[in-house]
Amino acid sequence: MMTTETQTELREDELLIEPAEPTQPRTRPRTRRPDPGTTETGPKRLVRSATVSDRFNLLGAGAAAIAVSTLLFFFLTPMTGYVGWIVVSFLGFLLIYALLVSLSGNRQEVSDRILTCLLVSAGVILIFALVFVVAFALLRGLPALAHLNFFTETMKLAGPLDPLSMGGILHAIVGTLIQISIALAITIPLGIATAVFLNEIGGKFARFVRTISDAMTALPSIVAGLFVYAAVIQFITHERSGFAASLAISVMMLPIIIRASDVVLRLVPGNLREASYALGTTRWRTVWHVVLPTARSGLVTAVILGTARGIGETSPVLLTSGVTAVLNFNPFEGPMISLPLQVFDFVKSPEPNMIARGFGTAATLVLLVLLLFLIARAIGGRAPGVLSSRQQRSAAMRSAADASRITLRHMQREAAAHPIEYAVETPVEDAPVAPDPGETKPVADASPETAPEGAPDPPVRRRILPPRLDWGRLRHSLTTGRADPETPVDPDPDPDPDSDSDPQTEERSS
Amino acid sequence: MTDPRDEGAERDATTELLVERVLTAPGLRDELATEVLPLAGGDPEARPEPRTLRSRPSGPDRLFRLTGFAAGGTTVAIMLAVGVFLSFNAADAISVAGLSFFTTTEWSPETQDFGIAAVLFGTVSIAIVAMCVAVPLALGTALLISEVAPGRFKSFLITLVDLMAAVPSVVFGLWGVFFLQESVIPVSQWISKYFGWIPVFAVTDADGVRLTDASAFTSSAFIAGIVVALMVVPTQTSVMREAFSQAPIGEREGALALGSTRWGMIQTVVLPFGRGGIIGGTMLGLGRALGETIAVYMIISPIFVINWQVLKTGSNSVSALIALRYGEASEFGLSALMAAGLVLFFITLVINFVASSIVARSRSGAQSEA
Repeated sequence: MMTTETQTELREDELLIEPAEPTQPRTRPRTRRPDPGTTETGPKRLVRSATVSDRFNLLGAGAAAIAVSTLLFFFLTPMTGYVGWIVVSFLGFLLIYALLVSLSGNRQEVSDRILTCLLVSAGVILIFALVFVVAFALLRGLPALAHLNFFTETMKLAGPLDPLSMGGILHAIVGTLIQISIALAITIPLGIATAVFLNEIGGKFARFVRTISDAMTALPSIVAGLFVYAAVIQFITHERSGFAASLAISVMMLPIIIRASDVVLRLVPGNLREASYALGTTRWRTVWHVVLPTARSGLVTAVILGTARGIGETSPVLLTSGVTAVLNFNPFEGPMISLPLQVFDFVKSPEPNMIARGFGTAATLVLLVLLLFLIARAIGGRAPGVLSSRQQRSAAMRSAADASRITLRHMQREAAAHPIEYAVETPVEDAPVAPDPGETKPVADASPETAPEGAPDPPVRRRILPPRLDWGRLRHSLTTGRADPETPVDPDPDPDPDSDSDPQTEERSS
Repeated sequence: MTDPRDEGAERDATTELLVERVLTAPGLRDELATEVLPLAGGDPEARPEPRTLRSRPSGPDRLFRLTGFAAGGTTVAIMLAVGVFLSFNAADAISVAGLSFFTTTEWSPETQDFGIAAVLFGTVSIAIVAMCVAVPLALGTALLISEVAPGRFKSFLITLVDLMAAVPSVVFGLWGVFFLQESVIPVSQWISKYFGWIPVFAVTDADGVRLTDASAFTSSAFIAGIVVALMVVPTQTSVMREAFSQAPIGEREGALALGSTRWGMIQTVVLPFGRGGIIGGTMLGLGRALGETIAVYMIISPIFVINWQVLKTGSNSVSALIALRYGEASEFGLSALMAAGLVLFFITLVINFVASSIVARSRSGAQSEA
C-alpha cells in the first residue's frame, strides 16, 4: 500500500509540473458571428466617435460665441477687459450650443450636452489653474536656477542687492534634507508599527488609536508648530533648532503615514494571512514574511507621499527652525532654515533679486516634490501583492527551487523509511525495454545510501531516482502559468521505465 | 472583542437553564436521542472551568504584541501631549478672558483685551469663499474623471490631481501674491460695481461711500479664498471621484438601457450614490481650508475688525494670527495664541470627524475581507 501512495504522490508532483490539459494553439476565435444569411448588412456604424453634425454644433457654437462677444466688447457696448470677454464668450457658447442641439434633439439631449460641456470646462479650468500655479513658480524661478552657484553657495555673504550670480540656497537644501531625514527616522518606524498594530493586533485600544490618529490629521499645521515652540523650545532647548523643526514636521507627517499605511495593510488579502497561520506560523513571522512584503510597494508610496507633504510644510517650520543665512549641519544647535521657509523669507523682501531667488527656491522645492511623487508613482502604481515582471520571475525561480528541494527531500525520506518497498525483483535500471518480470538478477550498482546494511539480499534493490523534472519547462510553466507550447505533452502517461515500475511487480512486492 | 471567558460563562448559564428544563419536562427526556447528563452537581467548585481556545503566544509573539502596543501608545501619547499641553496652557488665557474671548475683536493680550471674534470671522469667510470656488470645480472634475474621460486620459487626470495635492502651500502663496492679486482685481471691481447692492459684495469705506480704487481690493478675503480653494480642490476631487466610481455598475447600465442620457444616468444613479462622498469631501476640504496658514498669511493684510465685505482689503485668520504674533508674544500672549489655536483645532476636529463618518457610512464595507 505504501508504494501505491508514494506512486500517486509522485504522479501529483508530475501533474503539478505538467498541466493535465495540453495547450493547443487556438485556431478559432471563441465567439463567432452568426451567419448573416440573406439579410443585407450595411456599413459598420461608429458608435464612439461624434457625428459630423455634433462636431458642427460644437465648432459653430464656439465661433458664433467668440464673434458675438467680440462684437459686444469692441463695437457695441462699453464693456472691457479680457476676463469679461472670456466669461461672455463662454456663456454665449453655452447658449448657442443649447440652441443648436435643441434643433435636432429633445430636452434631455440638450441638458446632457450642456452639462457635459460644464463638466469638461470645470476639469479644464482646474487642471489649467493647477498646472499654471506650478509652471508659474518654475518659470519665474528660471533666472535664479540658471546660475549654478544657486545650488552651491549660501546666503552668508550675499545681501539683498547682490546679483543672482552671488549667493545660493545650499544651506536651505541641507537644512531640508537633515530635517526631513530626522522626521523620517521618527515617523517611518512609529507610523508603520502603529499601522501594523491597528491591522494585525486590533482590539479596543487599536480602535482608540485609530480614532486618535484620525483626529491628528485635523491638527492645523500652525498649531503643531505652536505646540513644539511652546513645549520644546520654550521649556527645554530655549533656542530654535533643526531638531525642533523636525519634531514639528513629524507631528504633521505621522498621521498621514499611519493613515496611508493602514489603508495599504488593510488591502492585503486575508487569505494570505490565514494561509500563513494555517501553516503554523507565529504572528510576527506572518507580519514580517507575509503582510509587510505583500504591502511593500504601497508602504513605500505611503512614506514617499508623507515625505512630499512634510517637505512642503512651511508653517510649523516657521515657528520652530529659525531663519539663518549660514550653513548649519548641526540640527541640535542654532537655527537651520529649510526650503519652504527660505521661500517665505526671500519673498518678504521688496528687492527683485530676492524675489527671483524666492521663486528659484520654490522651483527647487516643486521639482523635489515632483521627483518624490514620480518615484512614488513608479513604485506604488500596483495593488498589494501584484508583482513586477522581474519580481514575478524571481518568485518563480524561488518557487521552483523550493519545489525541487521539497520533492528531493520527500524522496529521500521515503527511501530511508521504506527501503524494502522500493525493492523490485527485476532490475529496471535504465533499461530501454522493460525486462521480463520473472527474471531475478542482482545488480552491482544498486545505490548504497538507499540500502541499509542488513537488508535482505534476494530482492534486488532498485536505485531511487528523483522524479523527472524538466527545469526549463518547469520555469516556463511557473512564469507563464501554462505549459510550454513548443514541447507537446506526451500523451502516454508512462513512457519512462525509470520513473515507474510495473504495477504487477509492485503489487507483488507489497 | 469580548473575552471568550465571559462568553463561555454566559453560554454556561444558558446551557444550564436548558438542561434543567429538559430534565424536568415530563417524558421529554426519553424522547431525546442522546442522553442528557446532569451537570456536575450544583456546587460551582466541582464544575470544570470553561476552556479557553486561545493558545499562549510564543516569546517573539509577545514581543511583537508589546512593540505594537508601544507604537500605538506612543502615537496616542504624542497626540494627547499636544492636546493636553495646548489646553493646559490655553486655560490661563481663557480664565482671564472668559466668554468675552469669543466676542472681542481686539487682540492685545498685554492689556487683557483680546478675543477671536474677528479672526474667527475672517477664517470662516475665507473658507466659505474657498468652498464656493472649490466645490463646483471639484464636483465637475470628479464627474469628468469618473464618468466622461476615456481610459488613458482618465488615469492621467487622476495622477495630475493627486500630484497637485502634494504641491507645497508656499508655492500657491507665491502664485496668489505675484499673479492672482493683480489679475483678479478687475474681476473684484466688476463684481462690486454690478452686485454691490448685495451687502457682502459691496466695497465701501467707513461712511458707506463706494470705493472704486484698485488699492481697496488688494489682499482681500476673496483673493485668499481663491488660493485656498485651489489648494483644497485636489483633496475634494479625489474623495468625490472615489465615491462616484463606487456607484454600482448594474444601476448605471440599467439607467442607460432604459434610454437615459449620460447626464440622466449621472443624475439618477451616480449623484445619489455619491452623496456621502460629496458632503464628506466638501467637509474634508473645509477642514483643510480653515487650517491653512502660509498662503493666507502671505496674501491678506491683517486687521482686527469684523469685515463683512469679502472683496475689500483686509481680513484675518486664526492661523495667520498665530504666525503673525507668536514671535513677540509674552508668556501670557502665547497662552492666548494657544487658546486661539485650540479653538481652531476643535473646529477642524469636529468637521473632520463628521466628514469621515459621512464618507465611511457611504462606503460599502465589502472591499476587503480581513
